[in-house]
Amino acid sequence: MITTTGLTKVYRSRGREVTALDGVDLHVREGEVYGVIGQSGAGKSTLIRCVNLLERPTSGTVTVAGQDLTALAGRGPRAGAALRQARSRIGMVFQHFNLLSSRTVQANVELPLEILGLSGKERSRKALELLDLVGLAEKAKAYPGQLSGGQKQRVGIARALAGDPKVLLSDESTSALDPETTRSILQLLRDLNQQLGLTVLLITHEMDVVKSICDSAALMKGGRVMESGTVAELLATPGSELAAELFPVGGEPSGPDRTVVDVTFHGDAATQPVISQLSRTYNIDISILGAAMDTVAGRQVGRMRIELPGRFEENVVPIGFLREQGLQVEVAPVTAGAEAAADALLKEGAK
Amino acid sequence: MQPLLRDGCLDTLFMVWWSAVWTVVGGLPLGILLYLTDRGGLLQNVVVNKVIGVVVNIARSVPFIILIVWLIPFSRMVIGTSIGPSAAVVALTIGAIPFFARLVETSLREVDGGLIEAVQAMGGGTWTIIFKVLLPQALASLVAGLTTTVIALIGYSAMAGAVGGGGLGAVAINYGYQRQEHELMNITIVLLVIIVTVVQIAGDLTVRRLARRTGRQSAPVGLWRLRRTPKAADATAVPAQRAADEPQRAADEPKAAVDAP
Ligand SMILES: Nc1ncnc2c1ncn2[C@@H]1O[C@H](COP(=O)(O)OP(=O)(O)OP(=O)(O)O)[C@@H](O)[C@H]1O
Ligand SMILES: [Mg+2]
Repeated sequence: MITTTGLTKVYRSRGREVTALDGVDLHVREGEVYGVIGQSGAGKSTLIRCVNLLERPTSGTVTVAGQDLTALAGRGPRAGAALRQARSRIGMVFQHFNLLSSRTVQANVELPLEILGLSGKERSRKALELLDLVGLAEKAKAYPGQLSGGQKQRVGIARALAGDPKVLLSDESTSALDPETTRSILQLLRDLNQQLGLTVLLITHEMDVVKSICDSAALMKGGRVMESGTVAELLATPGSELAAELFPVGGEPSGPDRTVVDVTFHGDAATQPVISQLSRTYNIDISILGAAMDTVAGRQVGRMRIELPGRFEENVVPIGFLREQGLQVEVAPVTAGAEAAADALLKEGAK
Repeated sequence: MQPLLRDGCLDTLFMVWWSAVWTVVGGLPLGILLYLTDRGGLLQNVVVNKVIGVVVNIARSVPFIILIVWLIPFSRMVIGTSIGPSAAVVALTIGAIPFFARLVETSLREVDGGLIEAVQAMGGGTWTIIFKVLLPQALASLVAGLTTTVIALIGYSAMAGAVGGGGLGAVAINYGYQRQEHELMNITIVLLVIIVTVVQIAGDLTVRRLARRTGRQSAPVGLWRLRRTPKAADATAVPAQRAADEPQRAADEPKAAVDAP
């Protein structure tokens, strides 16, 4: 639904160059909720603004719903009629809502319809329908200044839906909201995604957002996409930073000469007593350093960090056994911090 | 009231009204153009922006009394005479347009760029942005700027009176000063003060009414209507009020902010 190829954006100001996007290839499928996550300055906003060409990419192409937007852009900085027409079919929601304080809630939702040239009667019917959809029908005559943050974002969403878009772009749309309101807005986005078949591309810096509503995700760093894929794929990718972030398990090894293993359970595997089997089969003592069970993208997933006695070389066979059981197994590298902590413990003991 | 004073009053009102009308007609588009063509603006155009900026700055730095004299040939060309209230309107308008244009530019700068972006994202073009975002969002601030401009025009119109423009200024100079009729002098001053005060109050009330609905109100509509707390209304009117009191600073500040890295 949204495809970018080799998307690059270089900002030039006063002789300095900032490469905000560095060859981004993104593929968002129809009907999915796609989350882009990354730290501040990673280029997330630049990416989403390039999707509807609010920002002109330096090179690369953007295709939305089969239409090559970069070809519509024309040359000057102003958007031509064709690009404006295409934009009216892409909804956008903003972190700071960007509602016109001089207009009522209803008039705000009507604005895109005015641009599309609908008659007054049609506008008002459609606006009320959309406000009803986001649960704000009774606030139609209020001004944005009289609404809470969550209500404002609902208006923002209603407005974004006015042009019957197939695609909704959301740049940190919940970042200005408290956790509970965030949940309700995410739920609304999820509902719209399912009811209207809306494809949602959302930008966030909160892993929780990805966890709760995204089907797919991408991790950005320094203007590049480091990892991307469906959440299930990511969780199944060994060494995936996103998976580790999505599903962190903590726990430091209790001493040197131990092997720490992260085990991820999906679906069926979650129900089998693999750990006790492992312990019995190889007659080893296993300590559990940390464990968590969660629902990610609607699937039950478990993660456990366990510790086996002895170095990695001595544990090749038991680890192989775990893999045979259909589990995803990763051997955690022994961190310097862990060693230092272990040393400190030893010294403590020696005293 | 003496016919002399009554005619003076009417002439002053005539001059101020028409020069205000023409100032808006000329200054508003000019201010919008200044805003749009500036660096990073929707119609960024360095050449146009610099040319208008320089002309506006020159016009603003010429003392008004000199501007009137300098414009005598121009007034004669436009309306066929260089004396009387109509001629004064030409000079007043030309003197006030650059002043008002800068105030308009300042007001537009206060509009949140995110709103422009939102309208661009929904497919709006430049005209939509001007008429549906910039002007409505800046309305309170524009009215405050207009109030300041009209009050400046009242002052200028008295000056115009000194060089044959008519109005209360002419009464004060010709009778109050040259014939030493002190009472008449005092009355004209009182009349001018009254006119200025009425304009200021009308402007402030309008600004306050416009600012109130855009101000942040978290109470539900019904309640909010019932208990219009005057405090809240005051708080929202303050920025506009300040802009009105300090037009010069307000006009210069954003420039400085833009130049700073
Ligand atoms: N208009 C601009 N001019 C120059 N540099 C810019 C501009 N916009 C963004 N940048 C630079 O591009 C890089 C990416 O910025 P971007 O806003 O896309 O980051 P982000 O991932 O959205 O960060 P955040 O999470 O803080 O919103 C940053 O280094 C930023 O300084
Ligand atoms: Mg951002």
